[in-house]
Amino acid sequence: MCCVPPDAGDFSEASAYMAGRLSAFMHTLRDNAFAVGLKESQDAAAVLACPLVGRPVTLRAALKSLFCARRSDWLKFDDVFDAFWLGRGVRRAVPLASHARSGKRAEQRQLAGPESVQQSEANLAEQVPAVDGGSDDSGASPPARMEGASRAERLAETDFRRINDPQAIAEAHALAARLATLMRARLSRRERARLKGRRLDLRRTIRRNVSHGGVPIELLWRKKKRKPLRLVVLLDASGSMSLYTAVFVRFIHGVLDNFREAEAFLFHTRLVHVSAAMREKDAARALDRLSLLAQGVGGGTRIGESLATFNRWHAKEVIHSRTCVMIISDGYDTGAPQTMETEMRQLARRCRRIVWLNPMIGWAGYEPTARGMQAALPYVDLFAPAHNLKSLAALEPYLASL
Amino acid sequence: MTLLREQIAERLAATGYIADRELPVALQLMDMLNRPLLLEGEAGVGKTEVAKALAAVHGTELIRLQCYEGLDQSTALYEWNYQRQLLAIRAREASGADPHAVEQDIFSERFLLERPLLAAIRRSDRPVLLIDEIDRADEEFEAFLLELLSDFQVSIPELGTIKAKSIPRVVLTSNSTRELSDALRRRCLYHYVDYPDVERETRIILARVPGIATNLALQIARMVDGVRKEELRKVPGVAETLDWAAALVGLDVKSLHDDPETVHDTLRCLLKTQEDRARFTPEVSARLLGKVA
Repeated sequence: MCCVPPDAGDFSEASAYMAGRLSAFMHTLRDNAFAVGLKESQDAAAVLACPLVGRPVTLRAALKSLFCARRSDWLKFDDVFDAFWLGRGVRRAVPLASHARSGKRAEQRQLAGPESVQQSEANLAEQVPAVDGGSDDSGASPPARMEGASRAERLAETDFRRINDPQAIAEAHALAARLATLMRARLSRRERARLKGRRLDLRRTIRRNVSHGGVPIELLWRKKKRKPLRLVVLLDASGSMSLYTAVFVRFIHGVLDNFREAEAFLFHTRLVHVSAAMREKDAARALDRLSLLAQGVGGGTRIGESLATFNRWHAKEVIHSRTCVMIISDGYDTGAPQTMETEMRQLARRCRRIVWLNPMIGWAGYEPTARGMQAALPYVDLFAPAHNLKSLAALEPYLASL
Repeated sequence: MTLLREQIAERLAATGYIADRELPVALQLMDMLNRPLLLEGEAGVGKTEVAKALAAVHGTELIRLQCYEGLDQSTALYEWNYQRQLLAIRAREASGADPHAVEQDIFSERFLLERPLLAAIRRSDRPVLLIDEIDRADEEFEAFLLELLSDFQVSIPELGTIKAKSIPRVVLTSNSTRELSDALRRRCLYHYVDYPDVERETRIILARVPGIATNLALQIARMVDGVRKEELRKVPGVAETLDWAAALVGLDVKSLHDDPETVHDTLRCLLKTQEDRARFTPEVSARLLGKVA
């Protein structure tokens, strides 16, 4: 699938070697979530063949503008490039290598079919012990995890920590779908021109029909502009949340599937925009892609800094006037509480509502005493438990009223 | 003719645009691969200036399409000049001309109003087409643009297909108020325009503000760098820096240290929200000024 550069026909040995290296480099890029395809590889080969781009610095700049498509790529590129071509940053090369392996696994699975789906499920399960993510195949959950839950228990009230039943997880999906239909787009007063609508758009109609000598043949209409509620989910994927992550990842997948406008972010020590990965129709593949992005799961949490990244770089794009930000976290922040406080204040000013879901509220005798949680609470509009399906369902009326 | 990176950098500097190290390479690639260039970055870092400078570098025309919500083909691509057509029909009717000839005539080039996109592909000297703030246009328009950018031809039902005489150099800018489609991103080369560092900003000030002393320019650049590191709602861009520099020159300030009060008062060139103004007390500006050697 990779590039055989068309211009490398006049092989000197060196150019053949370079073509090979380039192809390997593009593999590395793909494993690092760059969207590079055949077109890019052809162009890159053309660039390499061209003597104008001789020096390493220039080559890097050239490939950078060719291969990057967004700011996050832009920031990552130099490290990947240096690690690959210059052998620098070996410490960083380790995650690249693990990326590469998992990426390959994803490809194999496509070829091999359902059996290897289990393999990828297991891949997520490695990171998220105790909760199994298999919805399509109950055989996927290893026997060791079968204890603790039985069909007799009422699923809705079972703490997510104890769910490993595919059906319950399917139910989480169904719930997200129901949430989505409830939160119908509310009509706003503003109108915009449409081909069909209730009122005539006089100005545009006259303009359009000048070509008919002013006889209004083509009519243009105005219609109310719909602005659906947008849900932005920030999911804590740190070690302390690991028992819950898998279920919430499923939940988010359902939300993105059903909401016309939803965005998802994952954070642990840093923030990752995961909407693209989660829009994958096949839940298993989505989870697989996600587990690649969520490297660092199990480390400490820097909620404050992650929020800062969100406010600085993503908020402008994803937040509009009807946006509800949903933070799913236990509030154990290893950063400074002041950062948390400022960032929460910033966020509260930007968006319409902040919902904080804390799975630990469901635990008996829990008080939100974590320092981070304390700092954040004044800015949270709804502080709710999210440890079982029932508590998620309880959110429906609240979100529907927004 | 493809210009080399060094030549591009040189000519950019000559037009008053001080580029970072990577931009000339991207501009060179644009010509080599015939791909559009997508520029992203904060407001006021000089994205639009890149296109202007590029036009100057190649000595071609700059054709600009400003995007907005509701932008449609008749404002972006072409439109018939209906008034003139009607007038022509009336005139011919009076003189009793052949109806067929009249029809032929009124759908000829004479009656075509070309809008920026059509204009860009009908020039023969590879103009620079600047599609500004593409994120403001609707998604439908983005899809249409994608088609145009890959084929460089337009079909007008009454006239037939118009092929590009030369492929324009296309620069797109985005402020990322909306996520652009992956297809568009894939089509383009990408460059992220960041705030300049102190050295580059100094050179920019020197190039753009006439009659400014080097040491004052350096002080201003350092000061602005400090201001950007403060937590502001609206971080000042290069345009603001230039305003401020011009203001200081106009007030005949020789060094920032001579007149801290004027410095503080003129900071309004940089701080554009009430909140930021309130945060910047004289103490804060004095502290920042202290760091500016």
